[in-house]
Amino acid sequence: MRFAQTLIDALALGALFALVAMGVSLLFGVMRLVNFAYGEIITAGAYALLLTKGMATPARITVTLTVTIVMAALINLVLRPFRTVPPPTALIATFALSFLLQNLAILWFGTQGAAMEFLPALNQAFTIGEVRIRWITLASLLMGVVLVGAMALILRRTDIGLQMRAAAADFTMARILGVRSNRVIAVAFLATGFLAGAVTLALAVQRPLVTPSYGFNVLVPALVGVVVGGLDRLVAGTMGGFFVGFATVLLGQFLPPDARVFLNSALFAVVIVVLLVKPNGLFVRHTKGFERV
Amino acid sequence: MPETAPSALELEDVEVRYGAVPAVHGIDLTCRQGEVVGLIGPNGAGKSSTLAAVMGLVAPSRGDIRLGGTSITDAPTEAMASLGLALVPEGRHIFPEFSVDENLRLGLLGRRDRAGTDEALESVFELFPVTREFRHRTAGELSGGQQQQLAIARALVSGPDVLLLDEPSLGLAPQVVATMMGALAEIRRRGMTILLVEQRAQLTVAFADRTYVMRDGRIVLTLAPDDAGDVDLLTSAYFGT
Repeated sequence: MRFAQTLIDALALGALFALVAMGVSLLFGVMRLVNFAYGEIITAGAYALLLTKGMATPARITVTLTVTIVMAALINLVLRPFRTVPPPTALIATFALSFLLQNLAILWFGTQGAAMEFLPALNQAFTIGEVRIRWITLASLLMGVVLVGAMALILRRTDIGLQMRAAAADFTMARILGVRSNRVIAVAFLATGFLAGAVTLALAVQRPLVTPSYGFNVLVPALVGVVVGGLDRLVAGTMGGFFVGFATVLLGQFLPPDARVFLNSALFAVVIVVLLVKPNGLFVRHTKGFERV
Repeated sequence: MPETAPSALELEDVEVRYGAVPAVHGIDLTCRQGEVVGLIGPNGAGKSSTLAAVMGLVAPSRGDIRLGGTSITDAPTEAMASLGLALVPEGRHIFPEFSVDENLRLGLLGRRDRAGTDEALESVFELFPVTREFRHRTAGELSGGQQQQLAIARALVSGPDVLLLDEPSLGLAPQVVATMMGALAEIRRRGMTILLVEQRAQLTVAFADRTYVMRDGRIVLTLAPDDAGDVDLLTSAYFGT
């Protein structure tokens, strides 16, 4: 029974990390850029939830999603001049932007955390047999499945999805065929903004204390997941995010109690082994002629 | 091809530089409507750089490029398809993990006339039956020759005024090249203006209405189809001997 309990918790954290990883992978696909400022979109959503404390839940959800989408659009504008610079320069620019935004949050909100108090009732559990399942666990899992499925459908079945996949696979050829790069990149940013908003809502229930590094703390393990899964492909990167979330809960549960302080060390040891064995990513089957999104 | 036909694509004094290194030295080139123009020359002659400038992939440091009399020198690459230019690039650059159908749908993006989509598809299916037969198959599963047919079909469905082909015979077996040239002859018969960039000199000179020879970034000679049999002339034009 304990295993079933752990498994469900692991699936739920995996689903959340998968959503963050999908946002990172999607943007990497069309821009060849790892956006470190992605975590700050989640942080902005969390502060939106904090500032709307006392308002009705639908209004708080609407404001949060609006804030994350607008934030993503603004980051797109800020990073626009970096599209033509070498990738390492752009990567460092996103790092700088991430720290700038974190420090702005420190200036405005201080380093002390504050409680968002968003739907705390979802932390209540119901039981199936001897397994206790929190409602938010179920909600996170459902949200992960629905959003990953929806994104896959958009990419597979719509014209803009086809264009995003084409831009990710061969950016120059896509432009030669008439794919508008600005439009595709803007849509990718907006999609990642929406995903970040959804992640914020699920996280806020489970981790109600918002700090300036709130999103960054989630981004780092998800980013590790993206690299482990395969940075070059959306599905592989998303699965990598899921893998890291899933493994975190499993390791936390099965490590001896006095060894749990080494949870991150154990996780990264697994990551190192995976990358040594499959340097292109755990979920990448082949490396030639791949489709990135 | 009457010499009085209006020009479809014109390059006037076009120079391309990569930093301080000049790749194309102020060339003039004209394709009249319905004409097949060849552009041959050894590796590094500047042929692909010329195509890159036409497609807006590199900005010419000097000169003007006109399509149907209108300057497109400053137009972005992604606008070229809707302006009426289609490029089949060297190495084909199909999307190997997409289906044949998805590759063709990407070609349709550049169409100016959405209403003619079905006719455009029907027309390339007739020209290249494999694109209909394997429509739902992954493009990477096709043979090299079939992928080249798909690349040309994808360019054609955009309904271009001028079709640019960069080394379409590269890496293909002679028999497959013959089939492809047959398809190009049919495309020409339908009235398409073609700029054919090739390394296979004899094949190109024989096929094109007029062939420019490029060497060291300059057009050094213009050849007529009758010159295709003159191996000495071709060799000296190509290598400058």
